[in-house]
Amino acid sequence: MAELLQFISSGLTVGAIYALVALGFTLIYKSSDIINFAQGEFVMLGGMTTVFVALAGVPLPLAALIAIIVTTAIGLALHRFAIEPAHGASPVAMIMITIGASIFLRGVAQIVFDRRFHSLPPVFGADPILFGGAAILPQSLVVLASATAIVALLWLFIDRTLLGKAVLATAANRLAARLIGIDTRRIVGFSFAISAAIGAIAGILITPIALTSYDVGTLLALKGFAAAMLGGIGSALGAVVGGLLIGMIEAFAAGYFSSNYKDAVAFLIILVVLVSIPHGLFGRAKIERV
Amino acid sequence: MRALLEIRLMPAIVVAVIVIVLPLFFPSAYYYRIGVLVFIFALAVVGLNLLMGFAGQVSLGHAGFLGIGAYSVAIGPIYFGAPSWLCLFAGAILSGAVAFLVGRPILRLKGHYLAVATLGLGLLVAIVLTNEAGWTGGPDGMSVPRLVLFDRSVRGADAWYWIAGTTFVGAFVLALNLMGSPTGRALQAIHGSEMAALVLGIDVARKKLTIFIISAMYASVAGSYLALFNGYITPDSAGFLRSIELVAMVVLGGMGSIIGSLVGAAVLVVLPQALTIFHEYEQALLGLIIMVFMIFLRRGIVPSIAAAFAGWRKW
Repeated sequence: MAELLQFISSGLTVGAIYALVALGFTLIYKSSDIINFAQGEFVMLGGMTTVFVALAGVPLPLAALIAIIVTTAIGLALHRFAIEPAHGASPVAMIMITIGASIFLRGVAQIVFDRRFHSLPPVFGADPILFGGAAILPQSLVVLASATAIVALLWLFIDRTLLGKAVLATAANRLAARLIGIDTRRIVGFSFAISAAIGAIAGILITPIALTSYDVGTLLALKGFAAAMLGGIGSALGAVVGGLLIGMIEAFAAGYFSSNYKDAVAFLIILVVLVSIPHGLFGRAKIERV
Repeated sequence: MRALLEIRLMPAIVVAVIVIVLPLFFPSAYYYRIGVLVFIFALAVVGLNLLMGFAGQVSLGHAGFLGIGAYSVAIGPIYFGAPSWLCLFAGAILSGAVAFLVGRPILRLKGHYLAVATLGLGLLVAIVLTNEAGWTGGPDGMSVPRLVLFDRSVRGADAWYWIAGTTFVGAFVLALNLMGSPTGRALQAIHGSEMAALVLGIDVARKKLTIFIISAMYASVAGSYLALFNGYITPDSAGFLRSIELVAMVVLGGMGSIIGSLVGAAVLVVLPQALTIFHEYEQALLGLIIMVFMIFLRRGIVPSIAAAFAGWRKW
């Protein structure tokens, strides 16, 4: 029982991070049909910038804020200088551009920062809370609470503000959105900014638990991508559920099977899910017109 | 008929001439080494291009097959005492078998879903290679016994240049012929519209599976060559970055352009070598190169040049 609780808590923590990455994927995909493989790099940039700004003597909350702003700016720059000029390129070319961007950002990060692992102090200390025999890190609760807050805020924003409705309209039908006067390009740029900010927050939250270095982005992007696919790409609910599911599956695989193969189990499950329900848990099948 | 044959084989003759003439301009053995790498990668890229450019199916996990081929020639001779060339064939058959087993369910998927499925497949191979340290030496990799042909160990870069060059020309001709065959035309129909191809009576699933198997075997042979040539292999050879490199080579050279595969491989092998003075900046530069090419030459180098020439002719 204690073991079970332990796995659930660690699975949910990692899963919440995957869910945030998947949410970033979904947001950009919804507004532009682009799969942004640099999403994991946003997470890395959030963590690494906070670490290095804090090392320079800036208080931690301010450092975190600076990291979020820097990452958001990089997200906007990515859209402005790589995505917009490539307007109209094939989906494969777009995937390659964002992968190129992720390799580029990783390369720059190892020059600007360094190649070592870094950590941040947890918000509420490192003493685990004992609950039903399981040791739960306070930071895990911070991660879960923050992830919930982000999802709720994002939902409120999309549902209640004019800008949010414009995002929704762009996602539903780009041409129609443009016809009623929505600047869809700016909406796409905006979704890059929001995705970058969400990624940066995820990176800052997970660093006290999982450490960060210049190359943590790749695996996070792959897991987040997988989570988005598992949930059905383009579905925000799917992204959150997919992320949590993959986190849990990994935690249980690591606990009961082999920690070496936890990554393998996650990808194996995805293969099985894709083959049996090709459009994910919450996705809709597209009908091809001839 | 003869004219047709000549036209179809013309690019192959050009490539063969390039392979033969190029060494005349090589000032040192180092250039042979780069030549070998270009041809080995081009071999894998031709296979991937058959899948991506002609059949229109993406694979973000092709390095997995590269890894299977590479580890076959490492594990076979060491643990089973089999000759390297036999292991190369065994590796290709194993890759083909893996492609056959997973291909049918995976290739039903389209677009991004196919991308994530192949990506998962490639990662699974890389993870197994990393974790089965008893066989593969784990993340540190393992050394690969040299290729022995006619009782002589093949190690020089110049010898490898001719082996890789000849194999590439053979693979090139094979790919050209395949694309001219009914299967090749069926694949191009699938690329155009799967539904229309189906209506025309093409067994879409089977054709896609065939080309997936063939492209997996191309990658496997390239992987075996790479391992034998370098004499050392790590799980990175099957990793995500390697898969991306292969796709970048395909798109860079031009999807659906077989000769573009050679150009794409050459650019992405030679450029980083030429930029080694900026060693620290290597990754950043690789990312930048991929981005810039994809943004400004999105159809790929060879088709873009061909289009430019076609434009001139109109004048």
